[in-house]
Amino acid sequence: MEPLELKNDFPVLNETDTVYLDTAASSLTPTSVIERMDEYYRHYPVNVHRGVYNLSFRATSMYENARREIAAFINASFEETVFTRGASSALNLVALTYGMANLGPGDEVIVSELEHHSHVLPWQQVAKRTGATLVYVPLDEAGRITTDNFRSVLSEKTKIVALTYISNVMGYETPLEPIIALAHEKGAIVSIDAAQAAPHRTIDVKTLDCDFLAFSGHKMCGPTGIGVLYGKKALLDNMDPLEYGGDMNDNVEKFDVTVKDTPYKFETGTPPIAEAIGLAEAVRYLKKIGFEKIIAHEKRLKDQAIKQLSAIDGITVYNPTTETGIIAFNLDGVHPHDAITFFDEDNIAMRAGHHCAQLLIRFLNVAATLRASFYLYNTDADVKRFIKNVKEAREFFTSVGF
Amino acid sequence: MRNLKTLYRQIIMDHYKNPRNKGLFDDEDYVTEHIKNPSCGDDVTVQTKIEDGVVKDIRHDGSGCSICCSSASVLSVLLKNRKTSDALELTTNYLSMLSNQPYDAEVELEDAWAYEGIKDFPARIKCASIAWMAFENSVKKQV
Repeated sequence: MEPLELKNDFPVLNETDTVYLDTAASSLTPTSVIERMDEYYRHYPVNVHRGVYNLSFRATSMYENARREIAAFINASFEETVFTRGASSALNLVALTYGMANLGPGDEVIVSELEHHSHVLPWQQVAKRTGATLVYVPLDEAGRITTDNFRSVLSEKTKIVALTYISNVMGYETPLEPIIALAHEKGAIVSIDAAQAAPHRTIDVKTLDCDFLAFSGHKMCGPTGIGVLYGKKALLDNMDPLEYGGDMNDNVEKFDVTVKDTPYKFETGTPPIAEAIGLAEAVRYLKKIGFEKIIAHEKRLKDQAIKQLSAIDGITVYNPTTETGIIAFNLDGVHPHDAITFFDEDNIAMRAGHHCAQLLIRFLNVAATLRASFYLYNTDADVKRFIKNVKEAREFFTSVGF
Repeated sequence: MRNLKTLYRQIIMDHYKNPRNKGLFDDEDYVTEHIKNPSCGDDVTVQTKIEDGVVKDIRHDGSGCSICCSSASVLSVLLKNRKTSDALELTTNYLSMLSNQPYDAEVELEDAWAYEGIKDFPARIKCASIAWMAFENSVKKQV
């Protein structure tokens, strides 16, 4: 398969000489997505669901068509696809509505140390408020969630299973299908954080059989401020809205209100209209390239990078067996914030820190890590420049006494 | 790499590797101030003891990058035994220098001059600041 050559699709990569290795935090935006959102603001920048005039009709149909396309992208139905501010909002919505209504003392919620803060802190709060208990899947030596380890914490008490699809620090893919099947045998509900999966994998919520699944636009070539919550219709039907206000209501009385059906009851206020339309364009962009090609491209770059990193003395890679484009590593004895400045000088954008996953950083027993994440716009030349800088950084920090 | 070499001067590396006045005291004469930068994990605690308008002692502890850790050590040496008002003035000058704001160049910053290059690395200003901000807070609690 030919390597992808997509730099020209991304204006920022043409304006600057950046090697962008921070997609796991936020991806770059292709011209087609920028233009699609620009088109909304230029030609029909009005509210949805409200105006009875042509422009508003156009905005509404573009917004709802976006939902239809995004629903199809994950094999969900229209009613099961709720727009949110991002994956964090979506995961909070599940915890604060479904979780608050269905958990009590003695119940258990299974989470993991691989979770992004947005998928463990909401459950931590809900557990405190309801008297339920958080249970952590023990990670194996490499830091993975395994089906066997999951089985060891699953019990009759398990009511919720909240796990990541792909870890944002280690890049590991969770064996979701067997885990979800086991959870369902116990009658538990499964919530999946797919923020790191949606940019890189075909997601089929029917095959997975997950109960809830969330992802963000800005990690998959889409805009910021938009995310998606998928929920099985029967569950969404029985959940109360988290926020009340305009648009989500049906009949308003002085002391009571009836609300619309899903997905609308979860979307009060003016939604992120341009962002929803932009996200649908991002989905089109990814589908046009094809996930098979995207996965193969990332894997090739990641394999090259890991192989070369492993050959440099004084570098520790924490996830050499990762199956995705995310590499967590450190220069031994050099705090990642010292190291990152070196890379920044050659316009290599990478993440240094705990990546919103402090539990995992503690599991790794380090202060923080560097993280390089590869995506469809990265090239062989990027890997080469990255490795050259790692070597130079190692020499530099050794020379000044680290 | 010229800028980076300027930044990681001998002074910074020396204080990073051999921090002075490190380790906290369990002593109620000291006022303790803790600052953490949750985005990167820099975590600094500074203690000050003030008597008769003079900073009699400064202690510090914490974890983080070389810029953060060394700056706590540098300030403890520079500001110890100074009049409180002078120490605060030096702090203001230092913080202005970091963020490329006007400051009084007549004020002798001694080893803290090593951080002058930080202004070329805006993403690191916070690393070089938090120990000094903790110092400032702990002193202001006492005046």
